[in-house]
Amino acid sequence: MTYKPQEFLISVLTNLLNQPHIGHVAVGAASPIPGAAALLAQKRGGDRLAVTIIHGNAHNAFTDGGRELFDCAGQGRIDAFFLGGVQIDGQANINLLGTGNYPSLERRFAGSFGSAYMYFVVPNVILFRPEHSRRVFVEKVDFISAPGLSGPDVQRRGGPKALVTELCLMSFDAVVGKFRLESVHPGHSVEEVLDNTGFAFDVPEQVPQTAAPSEALLRDLRSLIGPEIAKTYPEFAAQVFAISAPAKGPEII
Amino acid sequence: MTAADQWFADVLPMPAKIRNLPELADLIPDGALLAVPPEYSFVPMALVHQLIRRRARRLRLLCVPLGGLAVDLLIGAGCVAEIEAAAVSLGENGPAPQFTRAALTGRVKIVDSTCPAIHTALQASEKGVPFMPLGGIIGSDIEAHRSDWRIVDDPLQQGNGPIILIPAIQPEFAIFHSPLADKNGNVWVGRRRELVTMAHAAKRTLVTAERICDEDLLDNEQTAAGTLPALYVSGLAEVKNGAKPLGLTGCYERDSAAITVYAHQASTDAGFADYLAPILAASPPASP
Repeated sequence: MTYKPQEFLISVLTNLLNQPHIGHVAVGAASPIPGAAALLAQKRGGDRLAVTIIHGNAHNAFTDGGRELFDCAGQGRIDAFFLGGVQIDGQANINLLGTGNYPSLERRFAGSFGSAYMYFVVPNVILFRPEHSRRVFVEKVDFISAPGLSGPDVQRRGGPKALVTELCLMSFDAVVGKFRLESVHPGHSVEEVLDNTGFAFDVPEQVPQTAAPSEALLRDLRSLIGPEIAKTYPEFAAQVFAISAPAKGPEII
Repeated sequence: MTAADQWFADVLPMPAKIRNLPELADLIPDGALLAVPPEYSFVPMALVHQLIRRRARRLRLLCVPLGGLAVDLLIGAGCVAEIEAAAVSLGENGPAPQFTRAALTGRVKIVDSTCPAIHTALQASEKGVPFMPLGGIIGSDIEAHRSDWRIVDDPLQQGNGPIILIPAIQPEFAIFHSPLADKNGNVWVGRRRELVTMAHAAKRTLVTAERICDEDLLDNEQTAAGTLPALYVSGLAEVKNGAKPLGLTGCYERDSAAITVYAHQASTDAGFADYLAPILAASPPASP
């Protein structure tokens, strides 16, 4: 069965979420691929996984305003979250703000959002950045929106566990402070990953290929998750699953 | 007037008086510190247009916690001196062009923050305490550039390590647009509780609403809990389509095509001026 690149990435993220120690995953704004993966993991795990998508009212049970995500995570009620980065370095520092010498930046991006907090309190942060290039994966980020590691005196239960790109899956070991190549996606090679990464990481002797999505997974994704994610991301659903936007929700007041 | 009287005059809301849109905008003086809701939460676009028409200047914006179209327009129109935010963008429609340009040229002072720090600063104001502690953040460059934040060792000496203290922020005004208010000045906010936090923290709250009804929203238990009481509301105006082209719960969807047009036009000064011209030329929507 053929699949689109977005569907492949959704399948990789779904497998990372479908683990017994993850009971609640939250997905931040403007994240259609992680959002679809969270809903697919929920469906394939028999609805064991709770999913909160912070983008509109669909799949979002929060009723206490913008702070509820952070309060919920601060209490340890969120097990997994996704973060990205304009730059990500070998110590898993992430930069969402801009490149250059802050505050005299060369390029300015939106800003750090809630990363500086979520990285500390969510135990399984999955770094998701499809573009795999030396412009993204740098030796040292220009601006630390959120640090990958903290000293032993700092209260921290959360941090990076995995990194997913268009080329590969890496894990992060906070004790060693280093990424490790776990698998390379079909059609790509270890050399390609090395060539396009600006920081040092561990490469085991045998690097497996990332599993391709099964037919059953793709069927679930297209038939069950497509219409669900369309409620939050109509344009993404139209582009990837050829599903048109659902009817408007009921009037509330 | 004693100092205490002056304090009450400054801090306590004026009675929730129903006004028209220009009157509401005229209550906001140049240089005011304004709390603005995020893109998904009842953004008062018509009031923002009115502030642009009355050529408001040197506004200081506090995005709670993110900025979007309203903030980008105000910056481009020259109304803003300073902005504090965790991020500013047009969401699915990409970067906020005028914000990005202002950030690179230094035309507007940008105070970079992170979402929970802004929520916490407002919660401190809600409680009337000078600061509140917040976890995380230590070791980020956001914190490294915030001389107003302070890292202290666990003051209770219970071995919790260092923690960051965020000073309270008391906006002079909170502004938003609601689907429904009542003639007594109570405003429905539903699940958008950051609006309640903003209103509790701000000295004054100015609201536009799609509709002002006769029934008191606090008389009905089903609407009471989702209602901001008039106690916190200093001015209210009925404005149809007051959040467009952004969406409003139960009323209309976000007009993504219109925001795409904005994103394109606002990427050049000439295009932005073209976008602004009809806003400047328009007369404010008439009040019923």
